[in-house]
Amino acid sequence: MQTSQKINQPVVEKLDELLAPGQTYASVSAKIGDIVLYPVLKTPWGWIGGIAIAGLLLMLYLYSLATLFTVGIGIWGINVPVAWGFDIINFVWWIGIGHAGTLISAILLLFRQDWRTSINRAAEAMTIFAVACAGIYPLVHTGRPWLDYWFLPYPSTLGMWPQFRSPLEWDVFAISTYATVSVLFWFVGLIPDLATLRDRAQHPVAKFFYGALSLGWRGAAKHWQRYEVASLILAGLSTPLVLSVHSIISFDFAVSQLPGWHVTVFPPYFVAGAVYCGFAMVILLMIPIRKLFGLEGLITLKHFDVMSKVMLASGLIVTYGYFGEIFYAWYSASIYEYFLIVNRTVGPYAWSYWALIIFNVLIPQLLWFKRFRTNLPILLVISVAINIGMWFERWVIIVLSLHRDFLPSSWDVYNPSFYDWATFIGSFGLFFVLFFLFIRLLPMITIFEVRDLVHKTAHKAHDQKGH
Amino acid sequence: MSKETHDIQQNSGRSYWRSLDDLVQSSEFQERLAREFPQEAAELRDPVSRRSFLKLMGASMALSSLAGCQFAIKQPQEKIVPYVRQPEQVIPGRALYFATTMAVHGYGIGLLAESHEGRPTKVEGNPDHPASNGSSDAWIQASILTMYDPDRSQQIIKDGQPSTWAEASAALATAAAAAGSGIRVISEPNTSPTLAALVASLPAGSTWYQYDPLSADNTSTGTMNAVGSTNTIYAFDKADVVVALDSDFTTTGPTALRYARDFASKRRAHSAKPKMNRLYMAEPTPTSTGTLADHRLAVKASAVGSLTQAIAAAVGVAGVSAPSLSESESKWVASAVKDLQAHTGASAVIAGETQPAEVHALVHAINAALNNVGSTVRYIDPVGTMNTGINSLAALVSEINAGAVSMLVIADTNLVYNAPANFNIAEIIKKVPTVVHFGLYQDETSELAQWHINAAHYLESWGDLRAFDGTVSVQQPLIAPLYDGKTLIDVVAAMAGNASSTHDLVKNFWQGVTGTDGYAFDKNWQIALHDGIVPNTAAAATTPTLATSFKAPAATTDGLEIVFRADPSIRDGSAANNGWLQEVPKPVTKMTWDNTAQLSPKTAEKLGLKRGDIVKLTLEGRSVDAPVFVVPGQSDDTVVVHLGYGRTKAGRVGSSVGFNAYAIRPSTSLWHGAGVEITKVGEDYKLASTQMHTDLEGRDYDIYRAKTLDELINPHEEKHAHHEIISLFPEWDYSKGYQWGMSIDLNVCNGCNACVVACQAENNIPVVGKEQVWMGREMHWIRIDTYFSGDAEHPEIYQQPVACMQCEHAPCEIVCPVAATVHDAEGINNMVYNRCVGTKYCSNNCPYKVRRFNFFQYSDMETPSLKLQRNPDVTVRTRGVMEKCNYCQQRINEARIDARTQGREIKDGEVVTACQQACPTQAIVFGNINDPSSKVVQLKALEKTSYTMLDPLNTKPRTSYLAKLTNPNPELGGTHGDA
Amino acid sequence: MAQVFNRRANTIARLSIFVGVPVVLLILISVWWYYTRSDWVRDVGPAHAVVQPGGGFSHQLHVGGLKMDCRYCHNSVEVSSSANIPSTETCMGCHSQVLHESPKLEFVRNSYVNEEPIQWNKVHDLPKFVYFNHSIHVAKGVGCSSCHGNIASMPVVYKTQALYMSWCLDCHRAPEQFLRPQSEIFNTTWTPPADQIEQGLKLKEEYGIRDSLQLTNCSICHR
Repeated sequence: MQTSQKINQPVVEKLDELLAPGQTYASVSAKIGDIVLYPVLKTPWGWIGGIAIAGLLLMLYLYSLATLFTVGIGIWGINVPVAWGFDIINFVWWIGIGHAGTLISAILLLFRQDWRTSINRAAEAMTIFAVACAGIYPLVHTGRPWLDYWFLPYPSTLGMWPQFRSPLEWDVFAISTYATVSVLFWFVGLIPDLATLRDRAQHPVAKFFYGALSLGWRGAAKHWQRYEVASLILAGLSTPLVLSVHSIISFDFAVSQLPGWHVTVFPPYFVAGAVYCGFAMVILLMIPIRKLFGLEGLITLKHFDVMSKVMLASGLIVTYGYFGEIFYAWYSASIYEYFLIVNRTVGPYAWSYWALIIFNVLIPQLLWFKRFRTNLPILLVISVAINIGMWFERWVIIVLSLHRDFLPSSWDVYNPSFYDWATFIGSFGLFFVLFFLFIRLLPMITIFEVRDLVHKTAHKAHDQKGH
Repeated sequence: MSKETHDIQQNSGRSYWRSLDDLVQSSEFQERLAREFPQEAAELRDPVSRRSFLKLMGASMALSSLAGCQFAIKQPQEKIVPYVRQPEQVIPGRALYFATTMAVHGYGIGLLAESHEGRPTKVEGNPDHPASNGSSDAWIQASILTMYDPDRSQQIIKDGQPSTWAEASAALATAAAAAGSGIRVISEPNTSPTLAALVASLPAGSTWYQYDPLSADNTSTGTMNAVGSTNTIYAFDKADVVVALDSDFTTTGPTALRYARDFASKRRAHSAKPKMNRLYMAEPTPTSTGTLADHRLAVKASAVGSLTQAIAAAVGVAGVSAPSLSESESKWVASAVKDLQAHTGASAVIAGETQPAEVHALVHAINAALNNVGSTVRYIDPVGTMNTGINSLAALVSEINAGAVSMLVIADTNLVYNAPANFNIAEIIKKVPTVVHFGLYQDETSELAQWHINAAHYLESWGDLRAFDGTVSVQQPLIAPLYDGKTLIDVVAAMAGNASSTHDLVKNFWQGVTGTDGYAFDKNWQIALHDGIVPNTAAAATTPTLATSFKAPAATTDGLEIVFRADPSIRDGSAANNGWLQEVPKPVTKMTWDNTAQLSPKTAEKLGLKRGDIVKLTLEGRSVDAPVFVVPGQSDDTVVVHLGYGRTKAGRVGSSVGFNAYAIRPSTSLWHGAGVEITKVGEDYKLASTQMHTDLEGRDYDIYRAKTLDELINPHEEKHAHHEIISLFPEWDYSKGYQWGMSIDLNVCNGCNACVVACQAENNIPVVGKEQVWMGREMHWIRIDTYFSGDAEHPEIYQQPVACMQCEHAPCEIVCPVAATVHDAEGINNMVYNRCVGTKYCSNNCPYKVRRFNFFQYSDMETPSLKLQRNPDVTVRTRGVMEKCNYCQQRINEARIDARTQGREIKDGEVVTACQQACPTQAIVFGNINDPSSKVVQLKALEKTSYTMLDPLNTKPRTSYLAKLTNPNPELGGTHGDA
Repeated sequence: MAQVFNRRANTIARLSIFVGVPVVLLILISVWWYYTRSDWVRDVGPAHAVVQPGGGFSHQLHVGGLKMDCRYCHNSVEVSSSANIPSTETCMGCHSQVLHESPKLEFVRNSYVNEEPIQWNKVHDLPKFVYFNHSIHVAKGVGCSSCHGNIASMPVVYKTQALYMSWCLDCHRAPEQFLRPQSEIFNTTWTPPADQIEQGLKLKEEYGIRDSLQLTNCSICHR
């Protein structure tokens, strides 16, 4: 306890530091462990308030899903021609958010990026919860959700198999694989820390809980060696997934022949977009948590600086995609493609296209400047903007392409209903309830990796002194 | 006929797939209906109007279907209930067809009704009948639903208390005896010879009035004045030039089906040396016929008179002076006249029943002057009575006021609702001591009657009717009256103290007429029943004696003019409770579930009104509130309102839908009149139109191709060079077996909606209600797209039937994750409802957007009477599945199985799709495209006009179109001539 | 400090992974298998025969014993989708003379006199979205017993087939396995000859049966 008190004193933040000075192995374990092992009664009010609000939203979510099952998907605003609305928009948006987690934990691990250490755990958790939120939409957006199991290839008495040419069928495999690997990776990463918690825990229940989960980890060299191998393999598995999942999601559109969907650039453009809003979400989560639990020492401005750079890069790729679409419209010489751009820029939903440009293209340009990258309030605003912008991107792709396609006679408009909003806002409830439980019950920062980092920094310091 | 029924009862849970098996003996069935809709609960069930109903319904339906089908551990035990005595001709599982007759404005239209184990499920035109030629219209197609309407009056009512026919008939007899010469019967027009004879047998002095709010009085009066005869018959199959003066002759009146067919026969330009007739149309608002016109002149209804006068003067009708016309009008008249005179004997001028008698008189004079009489125009002895309109009603009213009426029988006509506003008929009727109401529904009028006698539907009745040309056809019932309804013949017979059944009355009457009896008569009787017509009963031709002088029609009125028209769908409002008719998008406006105050774009702008505004229309001090709808191609300074809406006691579907235009319709200006005031009182009225956008956006070549006859004969080089599109997938071999295809001739389609409703009847397509239509969720498998091209004042109006194209490269198929929509070996894109999970991806990927999705449980699984209407050969769809046109797969399968069990090939024309069968102009042709001799192949081979929609997408549709052709008069230039 | 778990915990852990997981999977799979394929669920076999009114109609007696032709009662089997369940009149055709006082036939006579149809229990009950047509099958060499089993041996009719879609497809994919000559269609005891496949192929040729690609179109049975 003492130690943790000490680092809670405000520290001078330097940008080149991934750790505030004065971190010791003990202090790190204490700092992170205690957040979890606080007695229930000492739970910070911020946390209680947070999960309370999230819980209410979750109720709303369950209510609207119940109505959906009993009454039918007609409760949404969808129609013909706009047969996909908020359901698929939110699905793509959430799955995109998931990507940052995997990217940070897997790819950056392979590239040996130290700065990932204090954020990867939370980012991975975010991935899993986001995928959970995403995965629900395609399951409930069907007209007869109780028959969703027909998506799975199994020997049925019908003698029927799924139709493997359909991108939706590919989604089934893409998403389930992604979810599985992410969970495994996350859990394996947790084991050593769970052991730490088991050893620090006072309360027998806590001891049992963490003991069971830590699968008898004793920190033996053999354990560590296997642990390294396991996490490398999983990292290797996750890395292609980061690219494949959203590529396949993008096929849902690219494979069809609708103007604005039938675009070959979609896979890379979708992946970039996913990373883009994924990192925005990480920042969005980290800034308050860092404040709430006083983790300034472990999540430093350096982290935000680096993440902002990643956002800027992926943001530019996305921007390139937007210009690309305009180019195809002209180059394809197809009246339908051409009309699509006209409709986006001046049509009935033009406001959403321009909102997308402002949020996704203009505002993020601030990230060119270091002083914005390291000014947390502004960074917070920018990441919110990016998340909104990326949501609008999916809105533009789905609704604007559908509502005016080939035959003018079938053109119509789409008005989201109360239930569209409820299922959307409600999904935040699910996400944050899970996330709050996570930060309360599991170490949100990888203790042993940070210890390792402490070790490294110490050495670096020592060397510098030496010469 | 329905006494014995082959019944497979079911547990509610399972009954949700197909309800046909739910047949019960009519007596039980009535009890069940009574239980389902107790009379006392009438108020309870009315608020459940289908529109609000649907939202609530979803829940209960979903749950019941879930409980029944998803969570049941074992399939519930079903009963199978055979006949006690199986009627000879009935083979369970096979449909029977019976000839019968339906009355349209009192004239007979011969029909064939399809019956499944005693349940009529669909009606088609009778090919042998002169008025139908085998085709039908939306009104006829929807009549089957009216028969099963749960809101029909289900019992006899005396002073609000349930009563019996025994009491009623006794009471009628005594009342009649008491009333003596004070008996008056007022009914909708009726040409039944038997009925006429019976009425004649009533006490001397009693009179039979006939009243139809849409009466063609003007026509008959005008004709009478001009040529001393009442009934005119046109032969449009002989006319090269047709001038229609505010006459929608291809869709209105008892002659419409015949005229549409004849007109279309002159319009097809398929031969090597294409020829086409030319249609000049002058009308206040675009009608179905108007959209076919080569020169459509939008004029005020009151201006048609002067146009007629001008034509008359020009063709030299004695004593007619040329009126002054606007420049565009005189141009139109000049070229029309020139054309007419160039085609004397092969031209026809026709005026609409809404135009005053003077106009009709002149028209006959014109036809005489062009000596069309005898060739394209002929006159026959009167069929039915001449006075069926305002005059007869006025006569009745004055009789009542004079106290001469002691007993009034109001039959099948809803006077309180549809009489002219200035009559305030309700008060008048109250003066009559004994009022008997007879009708299918307890409506606005029945409330004033001591007696209400529930009528039998025509499919439940014996009877006889005469067609427009006098041909008699027998009406035979397909099913015993569901609610023991009576026929008007029963009622009048009862008054005459005659207790014998309608069947006997009709049969005896004809036995009397023919003089034959015994075996000889029975034989002829059987033949008449079988063929649906009584041979050689057509009315004799009369030689017209042309009047010597003609009254000039009234001059064009100034200022804003109100025009009353029958609603294109529900007509006079008697079918307001028919969901199919309420939901079918009206021609041109594509409006459903409402009538509107239609304005031309210019007038709307002038009045500062826009679509969806709510205005107060005031005429002669009476006023109604109406939503505004702006219609391109309508005449300026004209506000068009449609009758038939604003019913207060129509039933769960039709009550309080739209506004009641009768409420401001004075007897002085029944069809159009000046002096209407229009003031804005609100805005943003929810208009459920099924088409938001009517501009082709320059996609004409891909979507709707239109040429002139001249361009067809000497084509100038194609702008659009057709380049070969290659597919990455290997081509499938469709060269063997039956390969089904369809060709739709845009040149003769007038967008009358017959196909839409026929499809709805054949394929168990649900009604979804205004709210859902407004959200863009209508379910019609075939729709009629409407596009306007050219300027908003004088647009070309294009009508295009669109159903599933059955693409050979179907975009919907590759995206379905569960293989619920796949191609079959005969080139049809199957939609397997029971496999569909409902991802809606197929709809997104369909460039034609012809797929329909069950967002809720739209099909009514609860109302027993509606279940009986369903086609047993088509699955009733449940909530959450996609559906679409499948070329009437059930008909193909039936034909294939028959052919194969008999070891032969399917003949061309053996499979007829529901839309094709209904089409009055035979615009739709279906067949095997592997059979070089088939009609469809010949049509698809017309490479100058035949094209497929959106072919740059390389979807290879099986449905192709024949381009729209117009035959403009070179003098007038541009196809939308005028101004 | 004290261990949370003792050593045996490891064994338990290993067991649950290497034994527990497979066992649970096995149970789940067999439950699913039983639920979708068991005779109990699909009412297949004599054990699951449905009780019929009046003790039912003995096909064993009428077909097996009296050698009545199927078509005497199921008279529309060759011309319609439905084979037809005989009307009471048909029964009375014989039973107004034969056994016309037997108490066993009370319910038939009642039905006839009171005009009340007999409510049989449905044995072969296809889902309502399946459109099976008897006439075409009979015409193209599919015998009654192929689907209904040896009716002649059944005092009370029971299902001999579970009527799965995959079962329908077995034949629609390779009809030759089951085709028989027209003379044998109504033979309830027909057994395929040793060379059924080549016989079947010959018959397939004769009957002009279309190839499996067409026979397995969805539209053949679903509309």
